Amino acid sequence: MVNKSPSHHSLLTFKQVACHRDDRVLFSGLNYTINSGDIVQITGANGIGKTTLLRAIIGLLQDYEGDICWRGQSLDGRVIDKDIDKSANGNTANESTDNESNANENTDKNANKGTGNHRYDFTSELLFIGHLAGVKQSLTPRENLQFLANLHGTTAYSLDQVDDALAQVGLYGYEDMPGHQLSAGQNRRIALARLYLNQATIWVLDEPYTALDTQAIKKLEALFVRHAEQGGCVVFTSHQAPAIQTLRILSLSDYVGDHKGNLDE
Amino acid sequence: MSSSQAESQVNASRSSATSLYSTLFSVFRRELRIAFRQQSDMINPILFFLMVVTMMPLGISPQASVLSELAPGLLWVIALLACLLSLDGLFRSDYEDGTLEQCILSTQPLYFIVLAKVMVHWLTTGLPLTLVAPLLGVLLSLPTDGFVPLWLSLMLGTATLSFVGAIGAALTVSLRKGGLLLSLIIMPLYVPVLIFGASTVRYAVEGVAYGSTLAVLGGFFALAFVLAPLAIAGALRMSVEE
Repeated sequence: MVNKSPSHHSLLTFKQVACHRDDRVLFSGLNYTINSGDIVQITGANGIGKTTLLRAIIGLLQDYEGDICWRGQSLDGRVIDKDIDKSANGNTANESTDNESNANENTDKNANKGTGNHRYDFTSELLFIGHLAGVKQSLTPRENLQFLANLHGTTAYSLDQVDDALAQVGLYGYEDMPGHQLSAGQNRRIALARLYLNQATIWVLDEPYTALDTQAIKKLEALFVRHAEQGGCVVFTSHQAPAIQTLRILSLSDYVGDHKGNLDE
Repeated sequence: MSSSQAESQVNASRSSATSLYSTLFSVFRRELRIAFRQQSDMINPILFFLMVVTMMPLGISPQASVLSELAPGLLWVIALLACLLSLDGLFRSDYEDGTLEQCILSTQPLYFIVLAKVMVHWLTTGLPLTLVAPLLGVLLSLPTDGFVPLWLSLMLGTATLSFVGAIGAALTVSLRKGGLLLSLIIMPLYVPVLIFGASTVRYAVEGVAYGSTLAVLGGFFALAFVLAPLAIAGALRMSVEE
């Protein structure tokens, strides 16, 4: 599924995206394009909405304003036309209300084109590893990884492939040890071993460096670079400064504040 | 050309069907493994069932005539409460460790994942309860005519309770203290099952044909088996998606 020719086309596009928690606006007016081959680090202070943004991307949070598009098609099922594309590229936050009404019109016009299938297409190209990794303490690394990898992909991974991936993250010899006997970092590695077992185009990772040692971080970064070179993209949050040369940084603090005069505090 | 197209279509549909079943089985296997490694969760409802039933003769009266009259209702009420006891944790750990997010983001339908989970829940709570129930029937001096109907009605009934209860568990999974709310949501839905379940046993003891009430229980089960996973999947999405 990963595009072999690195033609750097845009994969994920944010258009005037704003998120809020309760009545508080976290960030607004976010315009950003993630191309194939990009490694994007989302930075910002605690509570600024990094995880919220990731959840909006993967579809676990639908309560956001603006548009998030995957391969040019909105994940809400809306199809975006060129006018909005233009205005979204320049940072014209003031026109956002017009854009929104435009987008609403398009919803009606193209209701038959943009379908829920697009969300499905996106999900099938997505690999998400959250804060909580989905690793069961009572299961062994092998059982955990095999379940998580097969839950998502359409191909079933054999036990050998699973063991290979575990060896890649340095869990060779721990395959049959229940999770509660492993350290926090080792449990984290089980989840990250999924990165070796996937055909996803976009990796969305929430704090992937948590509990990892420097050696493991280096290896993870090399893996990011390899994935990007193959035409995929990586979006992750972290407070550390990774040693990746092609890294793009999306600082959410640039989008905090009174972009639209939403709330007077 | 067209034949190769058709062939590829067949292949595609076959592979998706295989992966569907493999998802169902992999969830099934995983849940069974987890259940057997955390046996205290599994033993808890049975122990509750056992303790309450053994206390009944002490609390009410050891007289067989009194007990045998109460036995059908008592056994059913206690089994129902034991089921309720086990529900709170059904999706809790999956919610807390992020497995639920991964399940929702899976390209496999959540319906089948949920179906497998609830089936395992029944296998590890409802089925053991059903198996020990006749034994406890002896403790409450349940007339012998009642044993087979008790067994049959609990078999169908506890399965229905698992499916219906899972809807409540899914709705309350994101709440920190959802236990009370869960009981309030689920109890009204449990009442019909209790009524038909207990009357099946009572009819049998009284010597009346109990086929009709058992059939109604079967109907409940069929409905719950097919429809509840839809509701559970919807409720889980709602809980995780905020």
